[in-house]
Amino acid sequence: MRITMLGKGGRRIWTRIWIWGAVGGVLAACSPSSTAADRLSYNRDIRPILSENCFGCHGPDEHDRKGGLRLDVPQPEAPPTDSGLAAIVQAKPDESELINRILAADPDVLMPPPESNKTLSAAQKETLRRWIAEGATYEPHWAFLAPVRPNVPSVKDAAWPKNTIDHFILARLEKEGLSPSPEADRSTLIRRLFLDLTGLPPTRADAEAFLADTSAGAYEQLVDRLLASPHYGERMAVDWLDAARYADTNGYQVDRDRENWPWRDWVMKAFNANMPFDQFTIEQLAGDLLPDATRDQRIATGFHRNHMLNEEGGIIAEEFLAESTGDRVETTATVWLGQTFNCTRCHNHKFDPFTQRDFYALKAFFHNVNERGVGNYGAHIRVNAPPFLQLASSEQEARLTKLKAAVDAAVKHVADVKGAKKKAEQEASQQPDAAAPSTAASENSPSNADATPTDAQSSEPAPDPVKLAEEELKKRKQEHADFEATIPTALVMEELPKPRKTFILMRGDYTAPGEEVAADTPSMLPPMASDLPRNRLGLARWLVAPENPLTARVTVNRFWQSFFGTGLVVTTEDFGSQGAQPSHADLLDWLAVEFRESGWDVKRLVKLIVMSATYRQQSAIPPALRERDPQNRLLARGPRFRLQAEFIRDQALTASGLLNPQLGGPSVKPYHPPGLYEQVVAQKDNPKATYQQGTGSDLHRRSLYTYWKRSVPHPAMLTFDVPFRETCTVKRSRTNTPMQALTLMNDPTFVEAAEFLAARMIHEGGDDAASRIAHGFWLVSARPPEPREAALLAASLERFRSEFAATPTDADLLLAVGDATAAEALKTIDAAERAAYTLVASMLLCRDEAVMRN
Amino acid sequence: MLDHPLQLAIARRQFLGGSCVAAGTAALASLLGRDALAVPPEATASGGLHGFPNFPPRARRVIWLTQAGAPSQMDLFDYKPTLADQFDKDLPESIRQGQRLTGMTSGQARFPVAPSIFPFRQRGQSGIWMSDLLPHTARIADDICVIKTLHTEAINHDPAMTMLQTGHQIAGRPSLGAWVSYGLGHDNANLPTFVVMISRPTGPTNAQPLHERMWGAGFLPTKHQGVRFSPGRDPVLYLSDPPGVTRERRREFLDTLGALNRMTLDAFHDPETAARIDQFEMAFRMQAAVPELADLADEPAHTFEHYGPESKKPGSYAANCILARRLIERGVRFVQLYHRGWDQHNNCPAGLKTQCYDTDQPSAALVNDLKERGLLDDTLVVWGGEFGRTVYSQGKLTADNYGRDHHPRCFSVWMAGAGVKAGIVYGATDDYSYNIVRDPVHIHDLNATTLHLMGVDHTKLTYRFAGRDYRLTDVHGHIVKGILG
Repeated sequence: MRITMLGKGGRRIWTRIWIWGAVGGVLAACSPSSTAADRLSYNRDIRPILSENCFGCHGPDEHDRKGGLRLDVPQPEAPPTDSGLAAIVQAKPDESELINRILAADPDVLMPPPESNKTLSAAQKETLRRWIAEGATYEPHWAFLAPVRPNVPSVKDAAWPKNTIDHFILARLEKEGLSPSPEADRSTLIRRLFLDLTGLPPTRADAEAFLADTSAGAYEQLVDRLLASPHYGERMAVDWLDAARYADTNGYQVDRDRENWPWRDWVMKAFNANMPFDQFTIEQLAGDLLPDATRDQRIATGFHRNHMLNEEGGIIAEEFLAESTGDRVETTATVWLGQTFNCTRCHNHKFDPFTQRDFYALKAFFHNVNERGVGNYGAHIRVNAPPFLQLASSEQEARLTKLKAAVDAAVKHVADVKGAKKKAEQEASQQPDAAAPSTAASENSPSNADATPTDAQSSEPAPDPVKLAEEELKKRKQEHADFEATIPTALVMEELPKPRKTFILMRGDYTAPGEEVAADTPSMLPPMASDLPRNRLGLARWLVAPENPLTARVTVNRFWQSFFGTGLVVTTEDFGSQGAQPSHADLLDWLAVEFRESGWDVKRLVKLIVMSATYRQQSAIPPALRERDPQNRLLARGPRFRLQAEFIRDQALTASGLLNPQLGGPSVKPYHPPGLYEQVVAQKDNPKATYQQGTGSDLHRRSLYTYWKRSVPHPAMLTFDVPFRETCTVKRSRTNTPMQALTLMNDPTFVEAAEFLAARMIHEGGDDAASRIAHGFWLVSARPPEPREAALLAASLERFRSEFAATPTDADLLLAVGDATAAEALKTIDAAERAAYTLVASMLLCRDEAVMRN
Repeated sequence: MLDHPLQLAIARRQFLGGSCVAAGTAALASLLGRDALAVPPEATASGGLHGFPNFPPRARRVIWLTQAGAPSQMDLFDYKPTLADQFDKDLPESIRQGQRLTGMTSGQARFPVAPSIFPFRQRGQSGIWMSDLLPHTARIADDICVIKTLHTEAINHDPAMTMLQTGHQIAGRPSLGAWVSYGLGHDNANLPTFVVMISRPTGPTNAQPLHERMWGAGFLPTKHQGVRFSPGRDPVLYLSDPPGVTRERRREFLDTLGALNRMTLDAFHDPETAARIDQFEMAFRMQAAVPELADLADEPAHTFEHYGPESKKPGSYAANCILARRLIERGVRFVQLYHRGWDQHNNCPAGLKTQCYDTDQPSAALVNDLKERGLLDDTLVVWGGEFGRTVYSQGKLTADNYGRDHHPRCFSVWMAGAGVKAGIVYGATDDYSYNIVRDPVHIHDLNATTLHLMGVDHTKLTYRFAGRDYRLTDVHGHIVKGILG
């Protein structure tokens, strides 16, 4: 079960042979749980120390390697050191220079050197010493070995597991002497499922029905129902939009609008249709290269047009083409491989066995798009940078054809009139006494009647027919352009007939091209099958090939993160040497294999996760457990975390009844604090210098449809930790700030929602304050209030009611917030009453429980 | 309000809160091996990092006066008397040396030298040369250090400003202010650590667009991003209670909300809940603290006389300078002003006049004001843009008009206060203000020096992201020792 690496040959050869040849026997050895407890594991115990402290100078990058020492490969593979001393002598720590150096008292000899700001603890030094004493056994990095379905561990408490996931979790808990938490109550479960699977809270009727339905299948039925909801796709899209850096503007300084919402809608629909993840991958990376690619498959390729596009005056296209193609490499590597390729843009990776050549070989796949690399500063405002697809409906197509014909006719008419005039002039010059040239229009003029003067008796001098025809043409062109502007477009990938050449850019500098490279996958990963084309389609198929060790793991980890708040690998973005070890390596592998072998069935994976007993645990944190496992990595309790920005607002809109549930379409502009946008955007020659707030129900669409301007993302969303969407993000931060408190209390979005939630409480909640308060509580928290909660709220309501009764103007002012108008029936209700309920409703939306998912 | 033990335990968190790093991390570190390393280091009482500052700071606070669009160095600070003879002559190739140009002038048939039309004089005891565009800055000549040799790689605004702010041309890294917030935390828990204010030119010049990223947190937790202060009803986003909600009502609201949240805390024992109770209370205190500081009504008349005619107009650069002083007086650590409109591709002389009208007097007044209040000793003031401008004219050159394109190879900034040598000029450029001939200062060097003045070793302020320990100065940055007093 221990691996001592004694192979010969170059790095590229050994890694390939070793990793791909060793699969069966090695795998079991690599997962920490199967490593003998009393022996050190390279992956678990040693690599983290070496990677953190040594690989920067003694790792895979030969350019910056110090002293000729390489420590990231077994010493027989490593080149000889400059000094000739052996860093590691197997089983002989005292003869190993590595040990001498880490224990040295002389700062000139000590490793890591003091100026590196890195120090080894006494425990780490002892661990390294022991590792060498035990034979200095290396193991390949776990993430670079293809996952093999591990045995499902047996557990003592056989009654607890509800599916295979639970066996892995429970086995670990039992090993640690911990027990899982009890199942959460049904209110918590239904709210958790609704928010996790749709991003929306349950209705009161849903919650009450679920509480009443104690049948064995009720939970699963609910899961199935939510997975079938169209809002499931909206919820799942949110995380993917971050990864894909989707936005409604081009970014950089000018940051004008772009149009790629059809791609966003494609993502939502793909999740709803449960498109297998391999197909989801292939269509987004290379849908245009599929045989007989459909319009949808081409829209899917908008994934890699989501990067920023610079439109600033005077920029050099080559610089920004290098930037956006590099962005495609980094995004692809993060999303599918969980690898940090940004390092390799300028030099070989310091920690992982990837080279700068690997970066540019990947870039060659993305470098053949028929694009300029920059926007057109001079172009008029509504511009998508080519290539883009025009998405006309058949009616629009017909009208467009008609308008185009009118333009063509007008063009011809101009030519005809000019020809006629010229001929007449020539004739006139030959006949000096001739009258003015004829004004007769050509027969096929598109608008003979109104554009051509026919009144021969007119006393006005006859207008110049050429000028008239040209005006006519201008008008037709405008009509065509105006109509065309109403037809949505989508950014797409489109291959150049002849590929661009790709060069390694020295230090990442576009002005310093080095060696030319051909499209290829990273050399230390399994090669592309020989029958795959060396283009994006081949690359996409390689990413989802069964022998790829990373894609399935990285993907299931991301989905796990969506439902548990944290991945099994905490560093969602980095499965490399510097990344975190999985908390449950076997479970990760089991899920990865299960997912791949299910045909990359996303809904099946999601269902598996939410059906588990692990997921259903209550999320209260017993103090002892908090001491033991503050980050809840062992999952002895259910996860409790703050809702994403989008779902906090969507919940408020739903509870208040304001939500416009329309799916898809162009992005919308909800309330936005005055001035903030204008302070930042260009004010001169910019038709969009002011924020054009939407109207009516556009103010209350789901937040995933909110206009995303990169230079000024919606400020309330930023406050709740959305990324800028300038680069790929696979994990958001989750902060807790006074700015969030201010937003929940004072943002008109939430004040208006409170007002309408109050209206529902009064209107639907029965006749007395207690039942009305309870109704509000149900709408936000899917449960009735505890008696003490009800009492606190009732007392508050009473105080607010008498205060507003004494100051009716204040009540009117509060109720005037927001554009939505109250239903007629409500207007008969006393304003003081409504204002008091509004503040109580606001409290319900501000409660910790409301912004958390328990 | 802070009566719960869990609350007390974390009541000392940073103003902008943060996810809770509970005790007991070590317990699991051995179980999960590497996982423990994914846990961020625990913050100090002020929300900064343990061990920071690394040594006693000279600057406790920074005010960065960002002149967005790139001021013309040879019309303001970089005096080139010999250029007078070069009017309309071609810029020698020996000077240009194939330097890449933006697409706005790379197609020009000629690169005619455009000497500044503005007279220069030596100012103060120190005799620093400044043009007549800066009559007020002239009066603080003995308080400032003019660096003539800043340089950068970028030649377009967005990458250049991103470089200046984040140490990298490509979006995604934290800004200087965010790094400071992360490393040093706050001095006043009731106010943000990093405040940003943006003003627009009063003249007809084009105001360069900016970008929230410039003061963003990059991969640091988003609580470190700059908080924008704006003129008007809500200096901080959503600060005011809705109309009809009095302070008393808000207090009642928070009392009940706090009681409800404490029930949740009792049920779940989640430190995040305790933190949220605190954050609502901090929000309430901010609602009192911010309007008090944003309201300039208590400033004496002479304040407005010093800061100039625009200073009574909310949102002006001058008003923001007064606010900057009020913010740092109250313990805000990093204040960044942006004044837009310095992009003089054409009509450079006229554009500079209006830009200097906006900024010259207030910038000088701020330095004087800090000095009079004894704050300049431990407050660093930095004035500068993202790159410089070309000595050759963009577009038509006449006796009294010219334009200037972007120039990355040298530009001028000034610094004042907090241990920076006063009344000196650092570095020198060639006769054309085109290349540096002595003591170059890269943006990384400027940032390393700023952190150094704040008591921070720029090589030690790191954050692990995507497998790498990132820092503001990447793998670069030298402290500019020649300007340290």
